[in-house]
Amino acid sequence: MTVEHVNGDQFPSGLRVLAVDDDPTCLLLLETLLRRCQYHVTTTSQAITALKLLRENKNKFDLVISDVHMPDMDGFKLLELVGLEMDLPVIMLSGNGDPKLVMKGITHGACDYLLKPVRIEELKNIWQHVVRRKKIDAKDQNNSDNQDKPHNGSGQAEGMGNSDQNGKLNKKRKDQNEDEDDEDDEDDHNHEDPTTQKKPRVVWSVELHRKFVAAVNQLGIDKAVPKKILDLMNVEKLTRENKYRLYLKRISCVANQQANMVAALGSSDPSYLRMSSVNGLGNYHTVGGPGQFQNSTFRSFPASGMLGRLNAPAGLGMHGLPSSGMIPMRHAQNSDNTTNDQGKFHPALLPGSHSGNILQGMPTSLELDQLQLNKNITSISELPNTKDNTTFHVSSGFPDARIGFGRSTNPLLDVNNNPLFLEGHPQEAHSNKMFGNQSLMSLNSGSSSRLPDHGRCNDNWSSAVQSSGIQPNSFSLGGDYKQPTLHPGHLRDNLSTMALPIGNSPCDVSSLHPLSNRFQDPKADLQFQAVQDAPCRSNVMFSPLNSAVSINGDVGPLGQCLDTNKTFFHRSNEFDSLGQSNFVDHFSMKINEVQRSSMQASSNLKEGYLMGQQKTQGSYISTSVDSLEDLFMSSMVKEVFDDDVILLLQEQDKVLVPEGNFGCSSYS
Amino acid sequence: MERNQQLRRQLASMRQSLFDQGHLDEQFILLEELQDDANPNFVEEVVTLHYRDSARLITTIERALEKSPLDFNKLDGYMHQFKGSSTSIGAKKVKAESTQFREYCEAGNGEGCMKTFQLLKRDYATLRRKLEAYFQQALPGA
Repeated sequence: MTVEHVNGDQFPSGLRVLAVDDDPTCLLLLETLLRRCQYHVTTTSQAITALKLLRENKNKFDLVISDVHMPDMDGFKLLELVGLEMDLPVIMLSGNGDPKLVMKGITHGACDYLLKPVRIEELKNIWQHVVRRKKIDAKDQNNSDNQDKPHNGSGQAEGMGNSDQNGKLNKKRKDQNEDEDDEDDEDDHNHEDPTTQKKPRVVWSVELHRKFVAAVNQLGIDKAVPKKILDLMNVEKLTRENKYRLYLKRISCVANQQANMVAALGSSDPSYLRMSSVNGLGNYHTVGGPGQFQNSTFRSFPASGMLGRLNAPAGLGMHGLPSSGMIPMRHAQNSDNTTNDQGKFHPALLPGSHSGNILQGMPTSLELDQLQLNKNITSISELPNTKDNTTFHVSSGFPDARIGFGRSTNPLLDVNNNPLFLEGHPQEAHSNKMFGNQSLMSLNSGSSSRLPDHGRCNDNWSSAVQSSGIQPNSFSLGGDYKQPTLHPGHLRDNLSTMALPIGNSPCDVSSLHPLSNRFQDPKADLQFQAVQDAPCRSNVMFSPLNSAVSINGDVGPLGQCLDTNKTFFHRSNEFDSLGQSNFVDHFSMKINEVQRSSMQASSNLKEGYLMGQQKTQGSYISTSVDSLEDLFMSSMVKEVFDDDVILLLQEQDKVLVPEGNFGCSSYS
Repeated sequence: MERNQQLRRQLASMRQSLFDQGHLDEQFILLEELQDDANPNFVEEVVTLHYRDSARLITTIERALEKSPLDFNKLDGYMHQFKGSSTSIGAKKVKAESTQFREYCEAGNGEGCMKTFQLLKRDYATLRRKLEAYFQQALPGA
């Protein structure tokens, strides 16, 4: 067989493919077919192994082909994780051609969906996906150079704050110079596709985040135009686009689907996680899992969306997050991964990890006791020293679901030190460390039940684990919300219990992300969880709710959610005061403040929030908030409350980093 | 020479009958196409691998069918796996029966499942036997 040549190049040949399929016959067949296409093939029958291989060296592969139906891990989950963490094109393979499944694959970020038996002709074309990604990435690179391009300030501001802006944002995005067109596409826009690594990723370190938040605060949400923020931040190479665009995308995407939101959350986390590479902060791998969330559109979000949110997170946990390098920063980079949105969330989470400062502060504020809610928020996200860069394996689907979140049923978060989360992650090495100390609050506690559909969150949570050197406290909230049952209704219940201590610690939600991985329940998209957490946090912080949103860093989404949640909050009563109306907006700003105050408030909020969330969850998600944000928020809020996101805060630095997306998706 | 020719003709006719009888479909031909000098026993390898792996599944399904009440979800899951594997080698009849089985699972028809499974097992065994004989002839010294 001859290999197709592109422009006379030998390009397709030598393409490095990783094939994953539990059926040995199919795997052998696939391998042979791929070899026939002159690709360089590596095979494995286990998803876990695949992730390990991918993590070992991100540049080792160009493309991943995976079966959907696998015993050790759901193919979609793997898809999300890979997309979030590694930003590689993933092709799904299945014997089942049910359009619903195909749709699921696409929404999770798959580049393609092939049916078995696979034909060699189809395989001959897969290289196109790789090229496409690279191209987009290249474009992103260009964009970053255009920092000065005048952005529609309004659009941007909007992006940050409201999902309503979606419409606007979309428009804005278009207006934006930087390859707007490319980016608008929302499907696999890989802003700065990390896979190609052509351009140095802007690592969204904690500093950046802090700067970002500060800039936003300074400008005020309304005026927080990416450009200005950039200026303020004075960060080199930090393209406005990165954050904003992602954000916008997110927002627009969010509008589309609630799921997206969740995804975004998830993705943001992942994206964040990815960012982790930055400072060595370890891996903020914000549970990239969620990143994949659902919408490819999210991808764009992560970066931008998250940023918006991150603002909050920066404030959130970041107290000192310098270390935590909030993963969210990734967004710029992560934008690629649809899940990127998620990544953003992570940042929120990470802050928690910052050297524990946050956590410490949080615990106090968190009043974890309140959190007793069982929120075992696995602080996954904040693995501060994540030297492991993979941020706690969280993303890899935290097998242990570190996030002990699953606890869902018990609102009693014993979180105090629920090192629960570390379960899955401890393996991650960093995460373990962190958790050990930090008692990763598995926020999920209690919320697990809440995790409404957070199933998705599961994966996301993992990413939340930002191992940034910060005190491991990063509670990976929601991560394990295994309990898909989190029906919004549950959340409410949980919420009440959840006194969201989270308010203080940015940990909220972000930690949720990691949890998402755990949540086996695909439905539940932990994102919610994260969101919940995030909101929780933000709640605390939120007093205006909006601001609180930022708490999570990712809170952005939460903010969004919060917005929607606001309705919730009102319900909860506490929240009302929060002024939920603009969580999102406030997020960034308030995050810092909120954090502290939110804690107290959060508890209230949480409940309110959570409650609200649950209710609104469905609504939120759709609520513009960047969809993700909403999801995030809602989930976070829920989670947070439920999960004791606050728990994270308690003592030990548990950084609850609710990675933001914890499972917002479930809301839908 | 003549012996060789005879053998080859025999082999060809064996192979053809497998197609004619509906045991194999074009997927098998694709497998054959993938076989080359670099991979001379590819088809046999794949087939052997398939039978080894699927035997386990067959047993699992059988055991699951003995339970009461039947867990259709699980059964469907196993069968999905089995079907995927069978499809890869082009086992036509077996594949059709797998599909049928899954439909019964969806409908919750336990009896239909069991009946279909019996048919499936029979065809599965037949094809296996025939392929083994085929390879024995096809591969000298095998």
